[in-house]
Amino acid sequence: MKMTRHIGLVVRRLVLLCGVPAFAVTASTALTPSIAATEGAASAPGSIVMRRLTPEQYEHIITQTFGADVSAVARFSDQVRESGLIAISASRTTITGPEMEQFDGLARGIAEKVVDKDHRDSLVPCKPASLKAADDACARQFLTSVGRTLYRRPLSEAEVETNVKAAGDAARATKNFYDGLSLSLAAMLISPDFLFRVESTDLKSGQGVLDAYSKASRLSFFLWNTQPDDVLLKAAARGDLETPKGLAAQVDRMVASRRFETAMRAFFSDLLMFDEFNALNKDAMIYPRFTQKVTQDAQEQTMRTLIDLLLTRNGDYRDIFTTRRTFLTPSLGSLYRVPVAKTTPNMEPADWVPVEYPEGDARAGILTQASFVALHAHPGRSSPTLRGKALREILLCQRVPDPPGNVNFTVVQDTTNPNYKTARERLTAHATEAMCTGCHKITDPMGLALDVFDGAGSFRSTENGAAIDGSGTVDGIAFKNAVELGKVLHDHPSPPKCLVTRLTSYALGRVPLAGEKSWIDGLQAGFAADGYRVPDLFKKVATSPEFFKVAAEK
Amino acid sequence: MRMAEKLKRREVLRGMVGGTAVSVALPFLDCFLNSNGTALADGGKLPVVFTSWFQGLGFTPGFWEPKTQGFNYESNLQLKPLDPFKKKITVFSGLRAYTDGNVVVPHGSGPQVCQAGGITKKNEVLPTIDTIIADAVGTRTRFRSLDVRCDGRSETFSRRSASSSNPAESSPLALYNRVFGAEFRDPNSSDFTADPSVVARKSVLSGVTERRTALMARLGSADKARLDEYFTSLRQLEQQLDLQLQRPDPVPSCRVPAGAPEDAGRTTDMADVRRQHRLFAEVLAHAVACNQTNVLGVNLSGGAGGSGLRKAGSSMTFHVTTHEETVDPKLGYQPTVVWFQQQVAEAMFDFLTAFDKFKEGPSSLLDRSLIMYSTDNGDAKTHSQLNMPMLLMGGAGGRVKEGQHIAAGGHTVARVGLTIQRIMGMPTTTWGTESNTTSQPFTEIMA
Repeated sequence: MKMTRHIGLVVRRLVLLCGVPAFAVTASTALTPSIAATEGAASAPGSIVMRRLTPEQYEHIITQTFGADVSAVARFSDQVRESGLIAISASRTTITGPEMEQFDGLARGIAEKVVDKDHRDSLVPCKPASLKAADDACARQFLTSVGRTLYRRPLSEAEVETNVKAAGDAARATKNFYDGLSLSLAAMLISPDFLFRVESTDLKSGQGVLDAYSKASRLSFFLWNTQPDDVLLKAAARGDLETPKGLAAQVDRMVASRRFETAMRAFFSDLLMFDEFNALNKDAMIYPRFTQKVTQDAQEQTMRTLIDLLLTRNGDYRDIFTTRRTFLTPSLGSLYRVPVAKTTPNMEPADWVPVEYPEGDARAGILTQASFVALHAHPGRSSPTLRGKALREILLCQRVPDPPGNVNFTVVQDTTNPNYKTARERLTAHATEAMCTGCHKITDPMGLALDVFDGAGSFRSTENGAAIDGSGTVDGIAFKNAVELGKVLHDHPSPPKCLVTRLTSYALGRVPLAGEKSWIDGLQAGFAADGYRVPDLFKKVATSPEFFKVAAEK
Repeated sequence: MRMAEKLKRREVLRGMVGGTAVSVALPFLDCFLNSNGTALADGGKLPVVFTSWFQGLGFTPGFWEPKTQGFNYESNLQLKPLDPFKKKITVFSGLRAYTDGNVVVPHGSGPQVCQAGGITKKNEVLPTIDTIIADAVGTRTRFRSLDVRCDGRSETFSRRSASSSNPAESSPLALYNRVFGAEFRDPNSSDFTADPSVVARKSVLSGVTERRTALMARLGSADKARLDEYFTSLRQLEQQLDLQLQRPDPVPSCRVPAGAPEDAGRTTDMADVRRQHRLFAEVLAHAVACNQTNVLGVNLSGGAGGSGLRKAGSSMTFHVTTHEETVDPKLGYQPTVVWFQQQVAEAMFDFLTAFDKFKEGPSSLLDRSLIMYSTDNGDAKTHSQLNMPMLLMGGAGGRVKEGQHIAAGGHTVARVGLTIQRIMGMPTTTWGTESNTTSQPFTEIMA
């Protein structure tokens, strides 16, 4: 009987861990060490990586270049995550045939809008001599200007000629100047210079340093999650980015800009795996309050909490685990069973209401928010193991191994398998099972503290009529409940170090190499010395020489 | 047991003919096709359509394997829903996905061995059989392949390399618009004029192609390979445009769907997923009948981890149920798991029905189809890679001896992949890696 119980829980635990996606993304799901220990000599920087634009970057660029009404409703395929970040897989993926078709359709839709009668006067800086014929001069003016924006650098004379010729040929084939211009623009929008961030080294300064425009792109995609603006491109052209003072001035300007919030959101959205919400399904019969609106609001709640704490208040990163300040909508209030006062000055319903939970409340920190507890749970119930695994992997940069294959559970199927009331009972009964205990010991205690939140994120104090016990220990430090777990994590050394590693990986598009360890160590020490201020960390990364160093090209 | 392959004379000749074709810089199968790839060169038959049909979590050991071997086998409980098509279905039992001590991903390694022929020590990603076939037979159709997934997601196992996985269409409506939207040219339309805008599009793309040399010079070897794949994709786009500039051969059985299908969005409720799958099957059948592609990838959902398939109102997904449900002592199996698996068999029935009812003269679309069912585990509750169920469905244009049960105890699943390549007319003689390496197609099913 005892053996049966144990193995019954082996199965349950295995289930919780074995939800690994298709082999197609195997490489991306295996969390590699935070620093690639085997690659690179002692001080060798990593080589250039060609990064594919993310869907958000694509949309930002189109909106900023052509205006919000030239919308790019991009339908990109699901993205994969590598070493904890989609930003890293963007350095590994290419564009397949079916995706090329999608990009082509999207590009033609955008280009047609740019030159249509509603937009051409504001977006095309000249008028053709004839609507029915090619006009190389006007095409040159438009394509040179828009090319500099889309390619994030001035076009070479040969590139300009190619694009102007394409517009002319197409105008002659279609007997329409704007059709020709539109097709030439569409070709630009599917060219590798646009869809990938292709970097170059500076020939003047020798190999190993990015050229000025590549530096500008690294900065703007890191600090704004979009293309460089005109000011940054001009600064690059002047050589400002080559001096510490000039670089710092641009970084300060960019971090002070409203676009910096976009970049912080992009980073945390990647780090916290919010793309997984696209695939999240909750059973509507079990969790009727978990509506489509809640799915969106749950992500926004966490983003608002993070931006308010880390950017607006310039707070301590570690407080993400303990903060009682957050923002709620009526939909979230319904899920959390918290009354949300609708107060706007003109008495209209407010979308987002700032809320501060009272001292002693069961909720504090982002781990108690639906964006964490609902995302890392099953469609119809909670999962201490999935939550503990996510916490370890996402916020502590630790690796939880996959379960073994070809395990025989035949004995588990004994019908005497008892029906435990709480998750803790189910998991504790199994604590001596050697095969699985190793992994579950590192995931379950943290996850069990969060089991007071059901699979959708609503609070509960009992499961099947039995009280839920949220106590446990993390690395030897005891806690009694989810709020205390947050305090333990607040004082734990790993989360800030993990953030530094993830942020540098995000910035570089790859896992830092062994040769970059001293840089990472310095950033970690600086982060602590500065009181764990995240905007300062972004600045320090962006002004580091290491951020722009690349291995010599072969 | 490894047996030296005894090739039939016909097989040897088929391979040699293929080799000759390659040497004249044409995809080897083109020697069988007319200039538009719509029919065999003898004018008699339409090309074979290959479909990779996937759903994870397999069937339950002991309840799907036919009770007798050879032709006219007696089907077992779980494949009963397919009985109306039994004469067109070959069932393989006892096959094994060898993992050779490499890193095993519980729901990822099985599909990789079934679809790509093995897993490797370095965890390299090998091309899947649908892309291998598409590269061989898909170059003369508008779409090299069409991939769909029925639970609203777009990840698939289909890939040509580590950096290029083929995303699936997740919406039947989007698929319909992609195939039968403004750019569709009805092959039976009486008038044809080359669209000047297509001519213009083709000319602007040549400017993009010219960037290749300059960009390649700036990149490291890994990025060069990625950029190379980008340009291959661009070439596919150009080929699509080329086809639009040619008058398509008439295809008498081509019918445009009566209307655009509805769109269910993301869903994991089994009933909704099956409905979505039926809508996809209809559009795909029309697409194939109108010669828009010869290769399909159909994913009911994903591997177990990506598949949240569930019964409405139940807190457990198909995947979780496989591990947690107890075996009913009277029935001898997990009843809810078997319910899910029956749904999968019924979905396959739906697919076969959609293709079978599409008549092309005296035969049907199913008769010129070769549909491979594969899955991730031989026994989902234990993540077993033993006794992997595999099915081959359809007549492949007369190239298969249909309706057999082949009990192939202990042989690698890669034998099925090799057999498929041979049926498709490819010259492949050996396929798979390490213990999955095989030179032994199932010649007993090859006509």
